Amino acid sequence: MTEISTGLRAKHQRMVLVVIAIVAVIAAGLLAAYALRNQANFFYLPEQMSANPPETGKAVRLGGMVQPGSLQTLDDGITVAFVVTGNEAATIPVRYSGILPDLFVEGSGVVADGSLQENGTFLATNLLAKHDENYVPRELEGLEQHKSPEQSYTTTMYTD
Amino acid sequence: MHGYANPTRFLSLARWLAPALLLSGIVLSAGAVAWGLLVVPADRLMGETVRILYIHVPSAWLGMGGWTGIALSSAALLIWKHPLAAIGARAVAVPGMVFTAICLATGSIWGRPTWGTWWVWDGRLTSMLVLLFLYAGYIALAQASARDGGSSKIPAIFGLVGAINIPIINRSVVWWNSLHQPPSITVGKSAIAGEFLVPLLVAVLGFSLLFGGIVLMRMRALIAEMQVEARLRRRALEDDVPASASMGAS
Repeated sequence: MTEISTGLRAKHQRMVLVVIAIVAVIAAGLLAAYALRNQANFFYLPEQMSANPPETGKAVRLGGMVQPGSLQTLDDGITVAFVVTGNEAATIPVRYSGILPDLFVEGSGVVADGSLQENGTFLATNLLAKHDENYVPRELEGLEQHKSPEQSYTTTMYTD
Repeated sequence: MHGYANPTRFLSLARWLAPALLLSGIVLSAGAVAWGLLVVPADRLMGETVRILYIHVPSAWLGMGGWTGIALSSAALLIWKHPLAAIGARAVAVPGMVFTAICLATGSIWGRPTWGTWWVWDGRLTSMLVLLFLYAGYIALAQASARDGGSSKIPAIFGLVGAINIPIINRSVVWWNSLHQPPSITVGKSAIAGEFLVPLLVAVLGFSLLFGGIVLMRMRALIAEMQVEARLRRRALEDDVPASASMGAS
């Protein structure tokens, strides 16, 4: 033991110290990231929102995919209603009055600012379109596998 | 490899390598950006805004790669005390910060038409902004310690600690729900069509060569600055010595 410690040259001691310091910093960073994992989410998925509903009227964000076939314009002409889906069966109906982002289409990702109402509808005050690397949000990886491969084909490949 | 830690040998290498990297970098990046602007088709959903990819992605890569370089140089400085490691880290900091700023600006310009907002505080955008602030802190610290003759260990420790942000930026879109899309290019798989991907890879290569050339030029400039300062100091000492000697005699 003493042989090793006296045999260590100053350069090696510094190297060991730097390696220990790097390991400690990485461990601290990972711990912090782990502790943040829920707070740092930018939005809730529908299954997170229905499993753990926020207080009605509290400002939250809901994100997911606009269910194909669910988008409809209501009679007043400016309010749209659609259903947001996630990885699991849970869905949340959304209502929004205002200008829709250009990339907002059925089957695409969306992030809605707003609040959950008494009747379980999410009333959005602002909509953001979420662009995805291949159309279907990563949070919906499960869907992507059994959803049409041609959908991701058409979104990533250029169609004239 | 350690042979190039010798400043003289490094300088003779950098003298021809820096212009070679700069020239090939400029040619490749200009070609790739022109390719992205003029040849590449519009994206189905994003339309023409997809073209900003050819500046945004290489800039993000260099912003993060730059800090990785600072961290590696900092470790080399702390362990082997190579004088060139401190110069290298200082040389990387400013171009790294510039590319981080370009990444944030182009992302914001792309985000307005695509997402419908200039900025959101999601994991990816926030951690990238933190990187910009880390660069600013590093530059201030390194300049202060170089000017006041302080220890270059302090910026080196800052460079190592700040490196924790790099994996956080990389993983932010995987760990947390974010507005920014998850990585399109993962090991062995790309969600980017070939027409988009090939010029993107050329752009990344070209920007990287350009970055390498800029860093080498800055290292040469920093070394020259230190040599000038050392010479001035020597001359000032030589002027002082006879004066004090004659004062002592009288």
